[in-house]
Amino acid sequence: MTEIPEHLRKRAEEARKKAAAKKAEAAGDAAPSPDAGGAGGAGDGEQGASAASSRIPAHLLERSKAAKARKAGGQEADAGGTGGVAPAAAAAVATAAPPPTATGPQGHTQRLLTVVKAGSIQDVKATPQDKVHVWPHLLSAEFVAALFITAFTLIFSIFYNAPLLELADINKTPNPSKAPWYFLGLQELLTMFHPMVAGVTIPGMGIFLLILAPYIDRNPSNKPEDRKFAIAVFTVQLMFWAVLVIIGSFFRGPGFNFVAPWDAGLFFEL
Amino acid sequence: MAKTMEGKKASDRLAELTDKVQSSQAWNSIFRPGSIFRKGYTDSPRNRSYVIMNSVLYHLHPVKVKRHAVKVSYTLCLGGLSFFLFILLTVTGIFLMFYYRPTAAQAWDDIYTLQTSITFGLLVRNMHRWGAHLMVLSVFLHMARVFYHGAYKPPREFNWVIGVILLTLTLLLSFTGYLLPWDQLALWAVTVGTNMMGYTPVFGDQVRFVLLSGREIGTDTLLRWYVLHVLFVPFVTVIFLAIHFWRVRKDGGISGPL
Repeated sequence: MTEIPEHLRKRAEEARKKAAAKKAEAAGDAAPSPDAGGAGGAGDGEQGASAASSRIPAHLLERSKAAKARKAGGQEADAGGTGGVAPAAAAAVATAAPPPTATGPQGHTQRLLTVVKAGSIQDVKATPQDKVHVWPHLLSAEFVAALFITAFTLIFSIFYNAPLLELADINKTPNPSKAPWYFLGLQELLTMFHPMVAGVTIPGMGIFLLILAPYIDRNPSNKPEDRKFAIAVFTVQLMFWAVLVIIGSFFRGPGFNFVAPWDAGLFFEL
Repeated sequence: MAKTMEGKKASDRLAELTDKVQSSQAWNSIFRPGSIFRKGYTDSPRNRSYVIMNSVLYHLHPVKVKRHAVKVSYTLCLGGLSFFLFILLTVTGIFLMFYYRPTAAQAWDDIYTLQTSITFGLLVRNMHRWGAHLMVLSVFLHMARVFYHGAYKPPREFNWVIGVILLTLTLLLSFTGYLLPWDQLALWAVTVGTNMMGYTPVFGDQVRFVLLSGREIGTDTLLRWYVLHVLFVPFVTVIFLAIHFWRVRKDGGISGPL
């Protein structure tokens, strides 16, 4: 997978676009754009080859030709200087100078059998992703978060003690008896439904539906504006349980009857 | 003058010693080739990769992640914090295990002694308790975060299922720990909770019997819940955590951006 920083990729894309536009302008309307030629090049090998050779700008071709000629001349001079071999060799170099073409002495020696698009055999990411190193970018953030939560727990623990009531006594039922806070929603349901419905059916269905959520929700988008229904349903669920837990925790007193915490005090232990 | 000479000599000796240690077989058997502890760390893209690649962290993190994935505002660190709280609870829990015997006759006294006459006993117990509540909370919030980002959608459906299992395991861990102090709060909270489970259709009584290790809560229940709390459920949780983290990477890192 290619990983090119976002800004570099954007810059390169812009430059490419600008170059293409310039070229199209230069070629005029009649000639097809080189990009289109490249993409549709599967059809005709010869055309593709000529397109490929024409992609090298003329002034560069000229420059390389001149450079080669100069090099040949230099070699000749060199050869002359050492008093050595062969203007024939120099001549050979000179004839070899023009860029090689696909055409051999017996006509074409290569032909295009097929064009395999990159994506068909390799998993090539169409758009490169913007990535950062885990160290230091992610690890430092995680470290700070871990330190923060440790400090929070430590300081909270210095000032607030965990409850330890008197020794358990099976013959002395406290009033009210409450489940741990995360089950208080269920205990609240117990006041409204048959125990089997409140204690087993509803939470069981809840877990089951939660597990099935990704298979029920077939909407492929993860954008909030596309999934208003899913978000609404989930939020209603969350609120429903939160309200039940809050009622069970703070608004239920002796006999699990309603009390106002500001009148009767709290009947709640964590 | 003499003093600075001596200081220089000492620093030379230190460098020599460092070289010697770092070229020893023992050192090189501990740190893999390319480890930053072999050849020091200077900030370069290659070394940034090596920090992850040549350390045990490679089990948890890839070398690179999507840029948006490191934004705290996206994940709020909730998954990582849940895992960190799990570690914190393991550490504090092991400390508590040294002073606790799971029998009806001794449990409450052990906790009381821990709080009153053992150094940092009260503090560590508090951290264990509040950390447990925090973990339940952070796992809940992590689930909500994942839902609101639609992060359970293909290819991450199965990891969401694992996540829901981990949520129930977290609740089980917390609930089994609730009984262990063996005070009135523990006894009656667990009585209420297990009574609810006893209403399971068809085999409700059996479920209750297995959970309580008898007809009612007693010293056998305490032993059973202790083993569940310190061994069985953490063991299962660690397995599911491993699958969860592995799938995060296999499914292409964390989801998004929106």
